[in-house]
Amino acid sequence: MFQIRIHGRGGQGVVTAAELLSVAAFRQDRHAQAFPSFGSERTGAPVVAFCRIDDRAIRLREPILEPDALLIQDPTLLHQVDVFGGLRPDGYILINTARTFAELGLAEFVQQFNPTHLCTVPATEIALRHVGRPLPNASLLGGFAALSGRVSLPAVAAAIEEKFPAKVAAANVAAATEAFEFVQRAMGRQEATRAQAG
Amino acid sequence: MLKQVEGSAAVAEAIALCRPQVICAYPISPQTHIVESLGRRVDSGELAPCEFINVESEFAAMSVAIGASAAGARAYTATASQGLLFMAEAVYNAAGLGLPIVMTVANRAIGAPINIWNDHTDALSQRDCGWLQLFAEDNQEALDLHIQAFRLAEELSLPVMVCMDGFILTHAYERVDMPTQRQVDAYLPPYQPRQVLDPAEPVSIGAMVGPEAFMEVRYLAHAKQQQALELIPAWAEEFHRVFGRPSGGLVHEYRAGDADVIVVALGSVLGTIKDTVDTMREQGRKIGVLGITCFRPWPSAAVRAALSRARRVVVLEKSLAVGMGGIVANNVSAAFAGPPDRVHTVIAGLGGRSITRASLARVFEQALADTLEPLTFLDLDRALVDRVLERERSQRRSGPIAEGILKDLGVVAAKIG
Repeated sequence: MFQIRIHGRGGQGVVTAAELLSVAAFRQDRHAQAFPSFGSERTGAPVVAFCRIDDRAIRLREPILEPDALLIQDPTLLHQVDVFGGLRPDGYILINTARTFAELGLAEFVQQFNPTHLCTVPATEIALRHVGRPLPNASLLGGFAALSGRVSLPAVAAAIEEKFPAKVAAANVAAATEAFEFVQRAMGRQEATRAQAG
Repeated sequence: MLKQVEGSAAVAEAIALCRPQVICAYPISPQTHIVESLGRRVDSGELAPCEFINVESEFAAMSVAIGASAAGARAYTATASQGLLFMAEAVYNAAGLGLPIVMTVANRAIGAPINIWNDHTDALSQRDCGWLQLFAEDNQEALDLHIQAFRLAEELSLPVMVCMDGFILTHAYERVDMPTQRQVDAYLPPYQPRQVLDPAEPVSIGAMVGPEAFMEVRYLAHAKQQQALELIPAWAEEFHRVFGRPSGGLVHEYRAGDADVIVVALGSVLGTIKDTVDTMREQGRKIGVLGITCFRPWPSAAVRAALSRARRVVVLEKSLAVGMGGIVANNVSAAFAGPPDRVHTVIAGLGGRSITRASLARVFEQALADTLEPLTFLDLDRALVDRVLERERSQRRSGPIAEGILKDLGVVAAKIG
């Protein structure tokens, strides 16, 4: 079982992101379960949503306490919520920010994780360009597809198209695609740097 | 057809396939998505000639369902929590009148303190009202039980409550196999009422009955529920035949055949319990599960048979009879043939408290080791309780408990799960 925890703020489409991810996995013939950490839905308040992906039916209903991947839609949460809590040593981290891990002050912290599983992506900026609103969820899912390969970009796109009307869907698919390519390039650069250093 | 959808959407689609004729509801979390979806389907004409009737309260919702059902319509409504309490008088009336209304209860705690999260207090508060009560383990079963509910209700002329865990199921996206209209039509014939308000053949429904016959009317209600105990497994079998998957029935055993300890539970927590039991089985522990699908009528014989070989029984329930203990456990104790002190109550998940494998494994190990208390509150924060008790000891005006305990607890926004 692969478990993803998504952190964001009310209004950023955190719950929708988990739902879309589950639909994308379903479209790739996987079993998937998405659910929010329910609370009073207030714009701006910290929100958590969960997605599990497996090859068999998922019965477990507890919150994801030891995620295999973290999607962080708002970097200001780093100071407010224990977003990294329980992350597995080989876990993935994808943060929505135009800054690097070092610029976020996380250089030392992330040393314990696999560097090929870590990336940042300016998802809000990408969303503003394509969708016209600061909704980073679709972009982050595109980025997650590139980072982890756990879902494919076409599956993410299909999930978005299933959920939204055509025009909104097209803009979000474009955002997801740009984020996918951004992360692919970033990981490629990282690999090249490591090859040089090695 | 396989779909990845929200539980509420799956249930709404299943209700639509049952060709309802009147839907009435008053919105309350976490039931709202179900009736919103049905409202859109009525509005689009997809469910014609079904009427969606907006009402001003839950009391009105059940009253309209009663009127519609008495007029011969297949009637549906949904509610939760305080909404169920607010309609309670009409809930009893629907059962007493023998009207086959189907209602979803998206299980949620009851205030005060106000709490929108899941537990089973709402449905279990109505356990003696005369409705059948079915509990879904996952969204597939929630969908399937609604289809079976209409069949059961109309055959028996009794209302049926389908209980699904609020948020945990209603708001969860998971895979469901959505039946076809042809399958549902094959299983659920058009509604043939036993009684109907018809101007051409006027009758009155709901007469006053005095001491000369009230007991007999009540006895017949009980006898009908006993009859349901025989019919529910038969219709579950027929459901299996038509839809190609097992669903419904009275109880479900899981790895219970040779178990020393059997855990009894209702609803979605069964999934987490089964995963916990699988892990413990790998470690050689003889532990199994009994899931109760049908809580009313209470399947006493089936429960007794399933528990007959167990040394201990752990009833894990999301409800509390304040001042007594476990509601489900009380029912299980009455059915259990062994010594009553072998039935343990574990109150868990009240007001949406997460129920984790780690916590379950801890109490199950205690049961295996014969050290489990008769009554346990899973993951109770004892220190928090003690602070309140100390405050009450030390000062007369100790203030409201809920507000005091939140102040003691501090900020919880940073907590995950």
